[in-house]
Amino acid sequence: MALSQFRVRTGRIFDALPVGVALLLALVVASGLLIALQVSPVTAYTALLEGAVGTENAFAETLVKAIPIMFVAIGICIAFRGGVVNIGGEGQMIAGALAGVTTALVLGESLGGLVIPLAIGAGFLAGALYGGLAGFLKAYFDVNEILSTIMLNQIAAQMMNFLLNGILLDPAEAGLNNVPKTARIVRMAELPRLSITLPDFVADLFNVQNVELFARTRLHTGLLVAVLLAVLTYVLLWRTSIGYRIRAVGQNDRAARYAGIHVRRYTVLAMFLSGGFAGLAGVVQVLGLQYRLQTDGSPTGFTGSAGFNGIVAALFGGLNPLGAIPASVFFGGLLVGAQKMQREVGVSASLITAINGIIVIFVVSSQIFVRRRTQRRLSEAEQVVNEAQPEEMRQPI
Amino acid sequence: MIEQIFTASVLASTIRLATPYIFASIGEAFGQRSGVLNLGVDGIMLMGAFASFYAVYTTDSLVLGLLAAILVGGLMGLAMAFISVTLKARQGISGIGLYLFGLGMSELLYQELIGTPKSVAGFPRIYIPGLSDIEFLGIGEIFFRHNLLVYVAFALVPVAAFVFNRTPFGLMIRAVGQNPEAADAMGVNVAKVRYITVIVGGVLAGIAGASLSTALLKVFQQNLTAGLGFIAVALVYFGGWRPYGVLAGALLFSFVNALQLQINAIGIDIPSEFAVMAPYVITIIALIFAAKRTEKPTALTRPFERGG
Repeated sequence: MALSQFRVRTGRIFDALPVGVALLLALVVASGLLIALQVSPVTAYTALLEGAVGTENAFAETLVKAIPIMFVAIGICIAFRGGVVNIGGEGQMIAGALAGVTTALVLGESLGGLVIPLAIGAGFLAGALYGGLAGFLKAYFDVNEILSTIMLNQIAAQMMNFLLNGILLDPAEAGLNNVPKTARIVRMAELPRLSITLPDFVADLFNVQNVELFARTRLHTGLLVAVLLAVLTYVLLWRTSIGYRIRAVGQNDRAARYAGIHVRRYTVLAMFLSGGFAGLAGVVQVLGLQYRLQTDGSPTGFTGSAGFNGIVAALFGGLNPLGAIPASVFFGGLLVGAQKMQREVGVSASLITAINGIIVIFVVSSQIFVRRRTQRRLSEAEQVVNEAQPEEMRQPI
Repeated sequence: MIEQIFTASVLASTIRLATPYIFASIGEAFGQRSGVLNLGVDGIMLMGAFASFYAVYTTDSLVLGLLAAILVGGLMGLAMAFISVTLKARQGISGIGLYLFGLGMSELLYQELIGTPKSVAGFPRIYIPGLSDIEFLGIGEIFFRHNLLVYVAFALVPVAAFVFNRTPFGLMIRAVGQNPEAADAMGVNVAKVRYITVIVGGVLAGIAGASLSTALLKVFQQNLTAGLGFIAVALVYFGGWRPYGVLAGALLFSFVNALQLQINAIGIDIPSEFAVMAPYVITIIALIFAAKRTEKPTALTRPFERGG
């Protein structure tokens, strides 16, 4: 008994191992690249680390960068667990931001503080419908969701450019700089900034008084929303029947169908929820950080590739919403740190995109070792059962 | 109106712009026919585009440029084959990983090795003697005044169709894609066939990239392909996994692209954003109709487990 419990515990640790190994391998590859570029990996990584967590402001920027990634990653966990590969985070973010900023601009101060929940709700719904569309096309028309979401990303980016240069263009911008951006939302619609008052004993420890951490940074309460929703999504996926059905469809759709689960409906639902979270990423970016919707015209001009990086973070977090929290902070730090690395060491920040790709490949490739171990455990379990059987049978019935 | 749309210059650029689609899609068709979905095509194209541009830029040799694209494309195809065949990783996601790698790596190399926008002379136009002078319906201009890669791309289509339908190896590819267990029982080396098709796909994606950077645009910049590789993957579905179907899809898309480039000159008054959007909308609609096709390789995206 004790031994089997021990096995389960170490088993959990081993499940996290492939991700650690993937990271280590990615680090080795990155070092090789840096050496090839005649840059000392130690110097580069030091700059990266300092840029990510070196100062209070750097760490706040890391968290700010992590917020949209976290929202997208939570949604990706739902989609991938439901057996749909949602590559449409970018487009769904844009849909959410467009709906959210329009709601905030139209409502203004007319409904008071209600504008925040309404704008966020609109953002969620727009992202959800845009994601749900791809889910619907997969479930009912057998359209490969990877391809459809990639196409929908491009369509959303063009739609945003069209609207930001047209009816949503800031009246103050018209005919001036032609920067595609909306008017600023009202102060009432802004998500509050986030600062943490250090407890006395911590403050004493560092010999400072009344310190508010992150007081003068751009960190906003979107972080709390994301963390809270990550916990709720964990509960949804593993503690409710809806979550159970989503995962059942993702594990084996045929078995799920025999079990009486409406597979198509849950495919659409998984994409709907996944898109909704990406939509939240977009609207929270507007309400919490930029206070308007603005782009440089390129497909990633508004999103900063968070829709793609969320996929990487979700995989890195083991497709578990709780794992997505630290994973998103990690990738946020990587992206923010890369800026400093680019400034100080002169290595293009696009290195991080390449490394993200390598991490995805390593994490996905390492699944074979997890599967093999599971099979080995299963066959071991069978052996134990077989050995136990004669004894059981000896017992009087 | 019709005369303005189907001008010789629009049709000539339709033919020219079809080149990268044809190379990439035909290559992707090889992989998909054998059951491997390689979604990293866009990343391979970017790396191939950079490699060939850099080779041509530094050596002025078009041959070296082409070889660089073939080498880089082949190596990335080999990587994808190892990931999806040997390690049996989920093909959709690992392809996205390969794409991100190519996207970041090609930009990194561009920043480090070139840095500022440069252009190359690239592949010159070859006027086919006699044929290029045909004035009738603009046939000379439309078909016979293109660079070498355009002619090669169009020649590739019947070659691919011949390989799929008339050679023992084509039969093996289709068997492995339809029913790998049965193919294995008949003594076909499933892994080997898939390795070959995915590497061929990588080489062709590399050449597709080269056709962009050294023949069509003659420049390299960040994210040069702008998602063209993903459309190439969709075109394989669109074309029903048959080379001539893929060619038809490629021509349709390059026609839309050619129109979009000249839309203002023609005098059609729609916002440019919608013109850029059009190919993607058409792709989704095409995918809806393509999905019901029966030719779809039944083992697509399914790794092969022997004795499983």
